[in-house]
Amino acid sequence: MISFIITTIICFITYLLLTTGSGSFLGLWSIEEILIGLILSLITGFITHGLFVKNNMRMANPMRWIYFIGYLIGPFFVSLAKANIDVAYRVITGKIKPGIVKIKPDLKTDLGITMLANSITLTPGTLSVDIDETTNELYIHWINVDEDALKKKPVDCKYICGNFPKWIRRIAE
Amino acid sequence: MLDMILTSIIYLLLAIGVFFNLLAGIGLLRFPDVYTRLHAGTKCTTFGSIFIIGSVILIGLKTWYLGDVNGSVLTIHSAVALIAILLTNPTGAHAIARAAHRSGVMPENAVIDELQIKGKKQKKTEKKETEDHT
Repeated sequence: MISFIITTIICFITYLLLTTGSGSFLGLWSIEEILIGLILSLITGFITHGLFVKNNMRMANPMRWIYFIGYLIGPFFVSLAKANIDVAYRVITGKIKPGIVKIKPDLKTDLGITMLANSITLTPGTLSVDIDETTNELYIHWINVDEDALKKKPVDCKYICGNFPKWIRRIAE
Repeated sequence: MLDMILTSIIYLLLAIGVFFNLLAGIGLLRFPDVYTRLHAGTKCTTFGSIFIIGSVILIGLKTWYLGDVNGSVLTIHSAVALIAILLTNPTGAHAIARAAHRSGVMPENAVIDELQIKGKKQKKTEKKETEDHT
């Protein structure tokens, strides 16, 4: 029941966000849009509540969302900017030393691994290629392999993604 | 005066965005293989799009502030587009890289390739299993 309510409310908010400027209710919406949106989000919530909320309320904690926004604005955006300067440097000079390495980030949930893989792709010099689903190990294509990092296997996370696993553990686990 | 400052900020953001998207294009032409090209194709386009969408959001907020409700449509729709780009761009790159490696495209001049080592091990164990069955 509670998963149905959460899904319906999120659907309704999304519908309202996408239909602003349609009328004069609160200056933004028309009554018809609100009615249709309510009916559609009730139907959608009824059909998809089992897919959207999976029997645990881990992500209902607002602290996790505050951490998530802090993570997006702080370390994530900084390393995205660094990544672009890095790629610009490599595009102009053509200095590359590629290789595929394995890391073991010790995250357990699907959401956490997805977030880490996406963050790794968008941060300096690294691109996630494959995942071992039984052990949650990631295979990373590294554009400029550091010889020091190869001495220990699997490669230490700090060379690839800094302290991202710590942040993601706080957000998603 | 304020209007002029806002307009120049919008143009500046557009210029930064276009510069990074241009860099992604040059990277696609200059890098040697599919993985390094994906590096250029994902990071630079995402970063460039953030700035371009930032400028569109500023235009939308300006129209909204001047009393036109259609500005809100521009603002919110481009923000949703930005979220979609942030989510799908790295996922798509990951899918392409994985498919490339599975179909046998190896990274050029690679120093190390642990995924290939793992693939060979798996093939060996699969062969052993089939031999045991026969």
